[in-house]
Amino acid sequence: MQDFTRRTLLQGGTALAATGMLTGPALFDFAKAWAQSAPWKAEPGAKLTVMRWKRFVPAEDDAFNAMVAAFKAATGTEMNVFSESFEDVQPKASVAANTGSGLDLAWGLHTLPQLFPTKVLKMNDVADYLGKKYGGWTDAAAKTCKQGNDWLGIPVATNGGYMTYRKSALDKAGFKEFPKDFPGFLEMCKALKANNTPAGFALGHASGDGNSWLHWVLWGHGAYTVDQSDKIIINSPETAKALEYCKSLYDAFIPGTASWNDSSNNKAFLAGELYCTANGISIYVAAKTDASKKELAEDTYHALWPVGPVGKPTELQLALPILAFNFTKYPNAAKAFVAFMLEKENYEKWLDGAQGYLTQTLNGYESAPIWTADPKNAVFSQASKRTLPAAGIGTVGEKAATAIADFIVVDMFANYCTGTKDAKGAMAEAERQLKRIYR
Amino acid sequence: MREDGAWTQLKHNRNWLGFWFMVPAMAFLIFFLAYPLGLGIWLSFTDTRIGRVGHFVATENYEWLWDDSIFWLSVFNTLLYTFVASALKFAIGLYLALLLNENMPFKAMLRAMVLIPFIVPTVLSALAFWWIFDSQFSIISWSLRHLGLIDQNINFLGDTTWARICVIFANIWRGVPFVAITLLAGLQTVSPSLYEAATLDGATRWQNFRFITYPLLTPIIAVVMTFSVLFTFTDFQLIWAMTRGGPVNATHLMATLSYQRAIIAGQLGEGAAISSAMIPFLLAAIMVSWFGLQRRKWQQGENND
Repeated sequence: MQDFTRRTLLQGGTALAATGMLTGPALFDFAKAWAQSAPWKAEPGAKLTVMRWKRFVPAEDDAFNAMVAAFKAATGTEMNVFSESFEDVQPKASVAANTGSGLDLAWGLHTLPQLFPTKVLKMNDVADYLGKKYGGWTDAAAKTCKQGNDWLGIPVATNGGYMTYRKSALDKAGFKEFPKDFPGFLEMCKALKANNTPAGFALGHASGDGNSWLHWVLWGHGAYTVDQSDKIIINSPETAKALEYCKSLYDAFIPGTASWNDSSNNKAFLAGELYCTANGISIYVAAKTDASKKELAEDTYHALWPVGPVGKPTELQLALPILAFNFTKYPNAAKAFVAFMLEKENYEKWLDGAQGYLTQTLNGYESAPIWTADPKNAVFSQASKRTLPAAGIGTVGEKAATAIADFIVVDMFANYCTGTKDAKGAMAEAERQLKRIYR
Repeated sequence: MREDGAWTQLKHNRNWLGFWFMVPAMAFLIFFLAYPLGLGIWLSFTDTRIGRVGHFVATENYEWLWDDSIFWLSVFNTLLYTFVASALKFAIGLYLALLLNENMPFKAMLRAMVLIPFIVPTVLSALAFWWIFDSQFSIISWSLRHLGLIDQNINFLGDTTWARICVIFANIWRGVPFVAITLLAGLQTVSPSLYEAATLDGATRWQNFRFITYPLLTPIIAVVMTFSVLFTFTDFQLIWAMTRGGPVNATHLMATLSYQRAIIAGQLGEGAAISSAMIPFLLAAIMVSWFGLQRRKWQQGENND
């Protein structure tokens, strides 16, 4: 657990100065002025314990820490921040929700606030304040955090995952640009394999990577787990087509993807074993910041997800909402901190530190400098606008969140692709599991 | 006649004193063992979710599990994992114990080395095995490829059969020291005079083992194997760190499925039902050992039942 002091602020400022961010005294002055005029005044002696996911891009962490330190200095709020790996955030937040203690704020994944709607502090005023000030929220971001008219949390950002590929491999395979539709994408994967420069996408229990690309395949064929009224519709001809398409892709992948977790494709790509995958910008950032991988970084490009037969984007991007628990002793401090995080003076610099790993959920940040700083970053700016909410066309809520957490779609595709079950069997099992969840 | 006060009774009545000495142990058992077990069983009859109080749903969770192919797959995996791993751990552990009981050079050092897998933190060893069996970076695949024995990497954790073999192998590696060292301790208690007498009577080494070592070792084998079966049946860390139950749930044990459903997916009631479904299996394992240990003939000869 980290306790932020003035010294931490100065240390963070030193680290950020190199990237030209609002640092040290300037950040402190802004925070002080903001705290005086903000709609939420932190309670005297307030102390916030914040859990967040462990950073993948160090500069993002530096920017976050500097922001936290500035908030502490300006409001007098004691800030204890600790990080957990992606997989551990939700269980620990759940334990806090269940016991009613331990945390004030949790910054997690997917539809985290929807898992325990009765335990969160309503953020309507914060969402209204930020939405009005910064051009409104993207559709998926709002759906991710809203239940009826209530905001259960604030959608801080989206972690965009896009096609990450080696341009030299595509050139060699005869593709001048990244395919824009499903048939073209399949042909490309086959050609890459034929050249021994294979593509590969996680088909194991990978919470982020596995769920995102397999929902893209499913939705791209017009198939969904549930319809608008949450009726289960997974067992359909469209799903069967999606399974067939996925099997063709799987056969063209590098072997072993059925065992991949969220870090497997990063490792394989950076090791030069993998030439196309779907990921956040972290692969590219890691290559850019490693002098020994200069050539790999120069050869690495990004592309939007190809569009399926339905003719429109069907992406599932990783939502990153923050929530405050309603048992916090300091609700005003919690709201103030969340609002402070998303103010322009903080947020654009933070996006800059994340180097494309985080994408804005407020429309006003579309022109943030990060998206033009490097042409290879550009596609990631689309993530919040192109994604569907985690429920697809169904209701966002604890059931949809459970279906994702339980790997229903991932297992259905994996069952068919690995030959464990035929199409009917794979769909029937997914249908049965969804009935269990949506009962 | 005036009755003695509580303090006087405590001072003079041995039964009262015994009762009060037992209170801390009873409290410990009730709060830390009985209460969580009872709460878990109660939760299994509710639709409790993380952060939300549940309602009593009678046996609904169990009824859904009864028709759940993933649950039954996890039961099969658990039984397979437990049976194969425990049997091999016993065979290897017994062999090592017999070996280490012999007079040999560097005996103390060899005995200490056997303990190494046991002292490495489970998650650390699981991560090491995850790397060893990695689809792309496995040292085994790399070596075999460089020796020209295979053309492409072995799909250790991506193939259902291989994945099961790998997790069982890792469990055996980790569990053998416990069996070996405990059986070695048992072997040390066998009097050498028994072997001397048997040898004078012309017994072979096999007959020494069959009619002296094995019968005297049987009670400790019962205890060791009971614990070994319980630890293996309830294993979580190895599986979670290596495969998360994949590929396609082929390595999901009841413990990992329970965690996934209860904590990751938020369905505490259903997760508790899966955990509670483990109880009959665990009770059966304990009963086998319990009734086995009651058989005095193990310790005192065939005719002393």
